[in-house]
Amino acid sequence: MDAIEVEDLRKTYTGGVAALRGISFSVRSGEVFALLGPNGAGKSTTVRILTTLSAPTAGRARVAGFDVVSQPREVRRRIGYVAQASGVDVTATGRENLTLQGQLFRLSGARLRGRVDELLDLFQLAAAADRPALTYSGGMRRRLDVAMGLVHRPEVLFLDEPTTGLDPESRSVMWKEVRRLAQGGLTLLLTTHYLEEADQLAQRLAIVDGGRIVAAGTPDELKGRLRGDVVSVELADRSRTAEAEALLRGQEEVAGVMVDGTRLYAQVGHGARAVPALLGTLEKAGLDVAQVALSRPSLEDVYLTATGHAYREEGEPAAAARR
Amino acid sequence: MEFLRDTWHLFVRLIRATMRMPVFVIISIVQPVLWVLLFGQLFKSVTTIPGFGASSYVQFLAPGISIMTALFGAAYSGMGLLADIDRGVLDRLLATPVSRGALIAGRILHAAVQVVVQAGIILLVAFILGARPHGGLPGVLAVFLSASLLGAAFAGFSNALALIARRQELVIAAMNFVVLPSTFLSSMIMSRNLMPGWIRGASRFNPVNWAVTAARDGFEGRAPSEMMLCLALLAGFALICGFLATRSFGRYRKAM
Repeated sequence: MDAIEVEDLRKTYTGGVAALRGISFSVRSGEVFALLGPNGAGKSTTVRILTTLSAPTAGRARVAGFDVVSQPREVRRRIGYVAQASGVDVTATGRENLTLQGQLFRLSGARLRGRVDELLDLFQLAAAADRPALTYSGGMRRRLDVAMGLVHRPEVLFLDEPTTGLDPESRSVMWKEVRRLAQGGLTLLLTTHYLEEADQLAQRLAIVDGGRIVAAGTPDELKGRLRGDVVSVELADRSRTAEAEALLRGQEEVAGVMVDGTRLYAQVGHGARAVPALLGTLEKAGLDVAQVALSRPSLEDVYLTATGHAYREEGEPAAAARR
Repeated sequence: MEFLRDTWHLFVRLIRATMRMPVFVIISIVQPVLWVLLFGQLFKSVTTIPGFGASSYVQFLAPGISIMTALFGAAYSGMGLLADIDRGVLDRLLATPVSRGALIAGRILHAAVQVVVQAGIILLVAFILGARPHGGLPGVLAVFLSASLLGAAFAGFSNALALIARRQELVIAAMNFVVLPSTFLSSMIMSRNLMPGWIRGASRFNPVNWAVTAARDGFEGRAPSEMMLCLALLAGFALICGFLATRSFGRYRKAM
C-alpha cells in the first residue's frame, strides 16, 4: 500500500499567489522519499497540506490511508511532523517537551516515561534532558525536534528541511539518524534544497520547481536519463554568451545547450572527446574561454534539464534564459 | 475527557514557563499593589463629591482594580500564542491529535489563574489599607469569579485576534483600542451615580462593567440579583469568545 498518495494538489493563497500548481506523487510504505527544490518551490506547502496544517485549494491527498481534508484526526494520529522552523518550546526542558508531545498523543504513565527516556538516549540528549532547550545547540535542538516527531511511533514521518542551518558535523549526524529510521520500516518524506542530501538519503525523489513536479524517480534513474557528460564553459567576455550558445548548438556532438547567466552547459555524448572540438570552435570564432569543466551528470544537471535553470542552494533560482 | 486532559497538559506547560520567569512573576505581583496605592491616593478626594456613595475610596476601588488587572493581563494573552506561532510551536501542536478547543482553553485557564492570584493580592493590600469585604467569603469569591470570567473572555478574544491577524502590532493596537475605553465606560474607578447619562447607558452593554458590578456587589454584600445577571452575561460572553478563538484555527489553516 502507498503510505502517501497525492493527486493534483493545488494551493492558491488569498491574494492569488499560486504555491502549488498541481502536484501528484506517491510514496510507498517504508520508503524514503525526498522533495527536492529551491526555497519557494512549494515543498513546505506540500508538507503542510499532508500534515493537515494547511487546507488545499484543490486536489486530493491521503496519508496512511486517510484523506487529509475529510479525516484530519485519523491522519494526525499516524504522522510525525518535524517542521522547518523548530517546534521546540525553548522555555521547557528536553524531557518536558517530549513528555508533553507524548501526552498529546494520549500516552501516559510508565509507558510514556519509558519512551521519553528511550528517545533521549537514542538522540544523545540524556545528559541535557533536564536543561531548558534554550541552552541547546542548533544540532541538539534539531535532534530533539526529530525525537518529538517520533514519540508516538508514527507510521509516516515528515521532515521539512531537517538539516537546513546545521553545521556539517550535525548534518552528518542527522543523515545517520534518517538512515537508521528508514531501516526501522518507517515511511519518510523529507524535503531539502540540498541536492546531495536527496541523492544520499532518498530511495526516490521528486524535483519541485514553481509549484510543479518537474522530474521524479530514483536518483540513478534520473541521472541515467541524461546520457553522456556535461561540459560547462565560461567565457572571458561575458557579453558574447549568446553568440557562443549558437555556435555550440551547431556542433554535431552537442545534444543540448543550457545557459545560466554567463555559464554555458553543453550536453555531449563523450566529454573527453568533445572538449577539444568545442574549444576549437569557440577559439576560431575569437571567443576566449575563461573556464571549462567536465562532469558526469549529477542531480544538478537533472535539475538543470528539468527546469531550464541552474540550481541555487540558497534563495531563489536566478531568472535564466530558456532554450 | 480528552479535551480536559489536553487543556490540563497545555496549562501545565504555560504555568511552568511563567514560573521560570521570576522577574515576570514579581512584576505581576507588584503591579496591582501599585495600582491600589496610586489610584487610592490620586482619587482619594472623589469620595467627598456629593452623591459618590462610598465612604472610603479604597473600599470602592478594591473590586474595580481587581477587574482592571484581569482586563489588562488577559487582553495580551494572544501575544503568547503569537510567540508560539513564530517559534513553530503552534504548528507542531496542531499536527498532533490535540483538541483545538484545548489549545485555547489551556491559555484561558492560564490567564484566569493569573487573574485570581493578582485579585487575591489586591484584596489583601486593600484590606491592610482598611477595605472590608462586607459580603464575606462569598463576596470575595464573587470578585475572583467575575475577574476570572472577564479575564477568560478577553484572553479568548485576544487569542482569536492573534490567530486571525498573526501580527503583534495588530493585536496590541486592537487591544489598546478596546481596553482603555471599556475601562472608562464602566464604574471601575468612578461611581455610577456620577457618570454622565450616556456613559451610564453605554456601560450597560460593556462586559467590563458587568464584571465590575458583579465584583463590587459581591464585595459589598449587596442583593445578589444584579450580580447574578452580570455573572451570567459574563459567562456567556466568555463562552462566545472561547468559541470564536477555537473557530479561528480554521481561518489560520486556510491562510497558511
